[in-house]
Amino acid sequence: MLIKIPKTSAAKENQITEESVYHRRRDIIKSMGFVGASSLLGSTSAQASFFGNDDKPFETRALDYAADAKQVSTKLTPEEKIITHNNFYEFGTGKSDPVENAQQFKVNPWRLSIEGLAEAPFSLDYDDLFKQFPLEERVYRLRCVEAWSMVVPWIGFSLGALIKKAKPLSSAKYVAFETLYDPKQMPGQKNRFAGGGIDYPYVEGLRIDEAVHPLTLLSVGLYGKTLPPQNGAPIRLVVPWKYGFKSIKSITRIRLTDKRPPTSWNRLAPNEYGFYANVNPTVDHPRWSQASERRISGASLFARNRIDTQMFNGYDEVAPLYDGMNLRKNF
Amino acid sequence: MASPSALKLKPNHLFWVKLIIHIAALAPLCWTYYQAFTDNLGGDPVTALLHFTGLGAFKLLILSLLITPLARVLKQGLLIRLRRLIGLYSFTYAFAHFASYILFDLQLDWSLLLSEIIKRPYITVGLIAWLILLALTLTSTKKAQRYLGKKWQSLHNWVYIAVILVSVHFLWSVKSAILEPLIYMLITTLLLLYRREKLKRLFKKSLNNTQKR
Repeated sequence: MLIKIPKTSAAKENQITEESVYHRRRDIIKSMGFVGASSLLGSTSAQASFFGNDDKPFETRALDYAADAKQVSTKLTPEEKIITHNNFYEFGTGKSDPVENAQQFKVNPWRLSIEGLAEAPFSLDYDDLFKQFPLEERVYRLRCVEAWSMVVPWIGFSLGALIKKAKPLSSAKYVAFETLYDPKQMPGQKNRFAGGGIDYPYVEGLRIDEAVHPLTLLSVGLYGKTLPPQNGAPIRLVVPWKYGFKSIKSITRIRLTDKRPPTSWNRLAPNEYGFYANVNPTVDHPRWSQASERRISGASLFARNRIDTQMFNGYDEVAPLYDGMNLRKNF
Repeated sequence: MASPSALKLKPNHLFWVKLIIHIAALAPLCWTYYQAFTDNLGGDPVTALLHFTGLGAFKLLILSLLITPLARVLKQGLLIRLRRLIGLYSFTYAFAHFASYILFDLQLDWSLLLSEIIKRPYITVGLIAWLILLALTLTSTKKAQRYLGKKWQSLHNWVYIAVILVSVHFLWSVKSAILEPLIYMLITTLLLLYRREKLKRLFKKSLNNTQKR
């Protein structure tokens, strides 16, 4: 007999939205005649067009993927919220700047290279991003360091598969990531103030054991479709037990290295943003508490959506990665 | 160009100017809350509300402090009669700011409010500024002015401390995009520089008072 011990972070049976309901949701919306690229962008872009911005919005396309069998432990954040509330300083520091400034972003052609301390470095072009590895859906909680959170149905493949393919050398201890550097397309990179004072290109890093952990995802889509640029098209990282800023967007380079790579927010304010950035309710940000978070749910202003933050964002299975480490010092 | 006397603000204009101020201050406030309640204020209406009301309060406070220099430069003495109204709207926005923080952000978690006030200097600073503006609002009536006599002016001089605290609160609250708060800080500095003689006098007076004690 097969005995399964569910992880504490896994959804309980009664919390699971029935698959048929989940899949029918889009049909219901469609039947109401709401679907169309502009309606998906919601009010922000409607306002932009009101002021004469008639640029065609970025077009996403449907993806083939294996649905998340476990589904969700909580209600998904509405798609419109996920694609209109973004931190992507390359397109401006306001939450709605990215959706307004990124619609003309070019994602094809694209090149993502995997290089550094590896036997078989390689690179992927735009089509490879969706074909090289089988795509699967993962419903993850996303906890921003600013104490808000979402539940996002990502689509992608595990970073571990990609790293394995490059055959890392035993000397590889860390993985460094880099966002596209293209000031012509990204106003935040052109102007230091528009980009929030960050030195571009945006860089991030993980320890290699964190990078190959089965939870670590390279995402190419959400809600069944390719990523919109404000969410990091065409490919981004998702590390669900760390604060959102670790999940670097629009990646062009992944480098295996023996030294701990610099990371953008850590360089900007090392006392506020550590290298690990693990979600930890007991370690406050200097300017706000991390003990609780506001779940962006699309409910009314009076909804009680402030919830307790869980250690590792509830993904306890990563705890062994940090055995013996002082997580207050290594925040 | 029209002669300055044609542009002179006259007492019978005040009603209309005040009406415009009422509309200009209330309409955006009501509209923004309406948008927030109908979930049309971007991905996170709570943050949007906090930013709108906070910045609105600061802008109106700056505007109220601009009245005196403007009245002097433009030789429009009657402008002074608008100062109280604009100041009151500044507190209206500040009140909405604090109320939205407690109601929608902290969701009436009073222990969290208490610990945030104690632990986060920028919240502490903001609260002190809010309390000063509250005191100025409560004593804004003619009656209070008569009752307080000389003390009224010294109490209302605290507005200079409030505006400094508000600019610090804003700068301190942002994660990294400091250009906007720096611009506001510069405007605050200019407004205070304009009053440097008065501030020097006030400072000396309070210094003397402490030595006497």
